Amino acid sequence: MKRVLPGWVKWPRLDFPLLVSLLLLMGFGLLVLYSASGQDMSVVYRQAIRLAVGLAVMLLLSQVPPHILRLWTPWLYSLGMVLLLATWFFGVGRSTSRWLDLGLFRFQPSEIMKLGIPMMVAWYLHPRRLPPDLLNMLVSIAIVLAPVLLIAQQPDLGTSLLVAASGGLTLFLAGMRWRFILVAAGLAAAAAPALWFVMHEYQRNRVRTFLDPESDPLGSGWNIIQSKIAVGSGGILGKGWLNGTQSNLEFIPERHTDFILAVLSEEFGLVGVLALFTVYVYITGRGLYIASNARNTYARLLAGSLSLTFFVYVLVNGGMVSGTLPVVGVPLPLVSYGGTSIVTLLAGFGILMSIYGHRNFIR
Amino acid sequence: MNREQKNIAPVSRLYAFLLLFLLCSVALVARAVNLQVMDSEFLQEQGEARFLREVKVPTRRGNILDRNGEPLAVSTPVDSVWVNPRELLQAPEDIIPLAAAIGVDAEEVERRLTQRSSREFVWLSRRLHPDVAAKIESLNLHGVFLQKEYRRFYPAGEVTSHVIGFTNIDDVGQEGLELAYNDWLQGKPGLKRVIRDRLGRTVENVEMLRQAVPGQDLSLTIDRRLQYLAYRELKRTVLKHGARSGSVVLLDIDSGEVLAMVNQPSYNPNQPDFDSGGLRNRAVTDVFEPGSMMKPFAIAAALESGKFTPTTPVDTTPGWIRISGYTIKDHRNYGPIDVTRIITKSSNVGVTKVALQLEPEQMWSTYDRFGFGDVTGSGFPGESAGVLRNYRRWRKVEQATLAYGYGISVTTLQLAEAFAALADDGRLRRPSLIQGATNPAISVLNPRIARQVAAMLETVTGPEGTGKAARVENYRVSGKTGTSRKASASGYASRYIASFAGFAPSSDPRLVCIVMINDPTGSQFYGGQVAAPLFSAVMSGALRLMNIPPDNYAGLLAHASRKSDGSEP
Repeated sequence: MKRVLPGWVKWPRLDFPLLVSLLLLMGFGLLVLYSASGQDMSVVYRQAIRLAVGLAVMLLLSQVPPHILRLWTPWLYSLGMVLLLATWFFGVGRSTSRWLDLGLFRFQPSEIMKLGIPMMVAWYLHPRRLPPDLLNMLVSIAIVLAPVLLIAQQPDLGTSLLVAASGGLTLFLAGMRWRFILVAAGLAAAAAPALWFVMHEYQRNRVRTFLDPESDPLGSGWNIIQSKIAVGSGGILGKGWLNGTQSNLEFIPERHTDFILAVLSEEFGLVGVLALFTVYVYITGRGLYIASNARNTYARLLAGSLSLTFFVYVLVNGGMVSGTLPVVGVPLPLVSYGGTSIVTLLAGFGILMSIYGHRNFIR
Repeated sequence: MNREQKNIAPVSRLYAFLLLFLLCSVALVARAVNLQVMDSEFLQEQGEARFLREVKVPTRRGNILDRNGEPLAVSTPVDSVWVNPRELLQAPEDIIPLAAAIGVDAEEVERRLTQRSSREFVWLSRRLHPDVAAKIESLNLHGVFLQKEYRRFYPAGEVTSHVIGFTNIDDVGQEGLELAYNDWLQGKPGLKRVIRDRLGRTVENVEMLRQAVPGQDLSLTIDRRLQYLAYRELKRTVLKHGARSGSVVLLDIDSGEVLAMVNQPSYNPNQPDFDSGGLRNRAVTDVFEPGSMMKPFAIAAALESGKFTPTTPVDTTPGWIRISGYTIKDHRNYGPIDVTRIITKSSNVGVTKVALQLEPEQMWSTYDRFGFGDVTGSGFPGESAGVLRNYRRWRKVEQATLAYGYGISVTTLQLAEAFAALADDGRLRRPSLIQGATNPAISVLNPRIARQVAAMLETVTGPEGTGKAARVENYRVSGKTGTSRKASASGYASRYIASFAGFAPSSDPRLVCIVMINDPTGSQFYGGQVAAPLFSAVMSGALRLMNIPPDNYAGLLAHASRKSDGSEP
């Protein structure tokens, strides 16, 4: 391909299909947020600013070639570990110590690890023979488990499981043998009951509630019941923008953050939900396409893992809102109102774009 | 190229995960379809059940007005505060400002709410002062709500309290016309469907299910000015003579409309005191032996029999008579007199002698036609019928005492009805309190006889009559005094009921007024002394206020012009 287009079009190595679908998603997200926040423009502005910051980070990262990212990987991972240890000592937050107060803004170090873990696993496996042997697998698992345990003690079970999943996904994508996968799955299943004893009481309550929401409809079951009602009452076409009764009447808690999908379902109905899913599936698919086009292990593992983790968020949030999964504090990516997760996610897409943009530039 | 291919992560894994996640997506979408299409209706209902509420819309109770449209009972909107105990108890810090606002001890409020914590609705304070309501609204407390209600006010207070009655805290009539016409006044509360948010605040009115029907106004025949007048004069008389109680009823003869009906003791209907004896509208609920006020009806029966005329002589010497071992006495010996003078002088002996010549059935019939022993049909709650025993069971002495008003019990309102009929050529009308009531007259007495009795009654206020104190300047007044001894457990005691019944102007009677003073304790106890002056005061004021011309209006005018043209001879 010779210079048919002017140089500036090529220069920002942006993947336009990905960019357009992300912007579509964000636009729709802001629309729903306006309704979910009780038509509070200031909430929408703040979210828009976060999205803009996230887009800037994405733009920046998309220009950084993957081999540079690979060089930075151990440092990023180490920084994340240091910060996690710091929250252990200096964390702020209501009942949990997830946040680190950096003076200007509060920051959740576990967000770094959403990128740090898959990058580190990819970095570790990149120069090694694939599929990985037992030793390499154990090292990879150690790389994943160290931050996961730190996050779990914060306590933030949801994030720790998701971060663990992103690491596990990287490992699986590296071609981990199926028999190991089966053994790991068996171990996980066996560990699940043990998890019950490690869990905090509020976490146990969430599981109990998930199993039988009606047992405490006004207490811990409230979220699930109200959310299911909101989703269900949307019907096929929805009640229309700003007309959701469950959401606008404050029946749904966390309606502009974790439960924003309930608001969307109520106001835009099944049609809105399917449209949203289509965009999510397209973004994930595009990510996997980028992964399949990557020319080295680091790039492919990272691209695949980031795309799949993104979709795991969607699945977990969707499952939570529809009452199919227990309530874990997972936001709906790029739609829920929330700080660091948006920047992290868009940084991930920046990496994806970089991988795609530099696919012919192999080092 | 080959070396790289070997050492790169396999693409197949990407496809495997893509497949897996697509399956998960399908599952989630299936879940969405399940919720949004299959369960949609159920969940929609569940949702609506959580925010749609049917709420009563309070409606205004109709006003009660006097005959000139002056308000006697009005409803004004007020706020009442109610709480959802569970919600408020979850935010206990809100109890203190709430209790402070309504001026109740916070611990007391908390105790009450804790006792009723299983309920969702507890009245905390009804009919708040507007300032207090505004304060509570501005505090924006958890589980605390204001409800619009209507509060009844009675501008005329104790003056009209017996007629109007009052309503309870839920605006339901409890006494008087408020009770009798409750359905008419009350209206129907509306029903609306509203959207309420999680905290129970009404966010939006969705639809009106039933329009509120405001209560209808009730126009009374009462004239507030006359009511005030009668009440003031009655209260003054009761105080002056240390009487136990008293009633005054003023009727418009042509229509049977009650213009004033007052009693003592009274009460403030804005804050009724249920323990006081003042709640009864004695004029219709309390019966008494009318005494001499019955004589005109006995005389009417005598004239009807054809055995007597107004001038038929009756010898009352020696001023007493013995019947079946009982002695009936006059005030003094009136000697030989005629029928008219029996009324003028109120002779017990005379009326006894007349009555004993009548058939019991005939005398009973006259009394019965005038409405004694039967409710007047005024529609007032708790009205008494009084007692008029059947003539078949009359003994001789009973027939005698019935002639001068013992052995029979009546209400003040019954007397008003009967005297109005005497004044109106024997046409009896049911007394009415509500304007627009159809009130056909029934003829109960030959008009000629009625006029004869009325003429006799005019002599009562004449120079030799017992009721001179009932006179009204420039008007001719007809009437009858009554002084009855009160029956007690040990026979008739030296306690009295002083009364006067009369009408004016005599040439064309327009108003009838009955005065009843129960148990005057001073030195004066005769009807002519106690009741007649009160009658005069009420009647003269009423004649003036109703703009009723004096009997000899033309003569008075001529006299007045002669006086003013004093220069001519």
